[in-house]
Amino acid sequence: MSPGAGLNTAASGDIVGLKGKTVELQRVEGTDKGKIVLYTLSTCMWCRMMKTLLKDMGVGYEYIDVDTLAAEEKDAVKKEIKKWNPDCSYPTLVINEKECVSGFDETEIREKIK
Amino acid sequence: MSSDVGKAEVTRGEVERLFARLDQEAESAGYHLNPDREFTLGLIEGMLVNERRYGYWACPCRLASGVKKEDLDIVCPCDYRDPDIADYGTCYCGLYVSQDVVDGKRKAARIPERRPPGGMSAPAERMEEPPAGGPASPMPGSPAPTQPGLPDLSALKYPLWRCRVCGYLCARGQPPEVCPICRAKKDRFERIL
Repeated sequence: MSPGAGLNTAASGDIVGLKGKTVELQRVEGTDKGKIVLYTLSTCMWCRMMKTLLKDMGVGYEYIDVDTLAAEEKDAVKKEIKKWNPDCSYPTLVINEKECVSGFDETEIREKIK
Repeated sequence: MSSDVGKAEVTRGEVERLFARLDQEAESAGYHLNPDREFTLGLIEGMLVNERRYGYWACPCRLASGVKKEDLDIVCPCDYRDPDIADYGTCYCGLYVSQDVVDGKRKAARIPERRPPGGMSAPAERMEEPPAGGPASPMPGSPAPTQPGLPDLSALKYPLWRCRVCGYLCARGQPPEVCPICRAKKDRFERIL
């Protein structure tokens, strides 16, 4: 019963550059709707619901479970999240480096990813 | 990458046992777990994962620092649970909900983060600095309440302790080991007088 189990994830070579640090994102295959990046906690049910919804929508995306990172990686990723969501809360979904959904809201996600 | 390496995985049985305990404790004190059982079990699993990682039940939906002193306000039940249930019908992670949600009159959805950015608000006086045991002195900066007809609170025989989770008050030398109302531990009490 590990958090996130059952999701169709595969480690990819995708790397996000964060102030000199590189952190690997997990890729979930699906329809290309642009660059969809999801910041999550492995222990959070709202984050899990967000992953499930994106999978149900068949959207390809990348995610990272921030709580599983080493300290300096965490700091770099938090900095990146704050650009989009100053509260740095989870889940944070960044769509095409243009807009952001903070917290799980199915309606808002379906509106913003078309 | 994972910080849980070498630590035994949380089992379904453990999760079910803690669920039964928390459910019983909640109902006996007027609180309610989220009636969506699978959702609730998932959160409890997250708390147990955090207990393995950090040694305490850090909120599964917030990023803990791993330093207990800094995370104390987000140890479940968190300092923000009761006001969030009152305002939104659910706590931040959704583990605890109001009667309206249990009755299906209201839905638990995402709510804003009440925790101040960067962590907990300044405590009045934390358990780390217990009073020497003598008579309570007034809080620094608070004016002495000397209105006619009102008792002089600085002359109280015992210090007054407040549970930061549920607001329970008690006047005694030390706060209780466990809050009799919400089961928060002794270190969640602050001295207010």
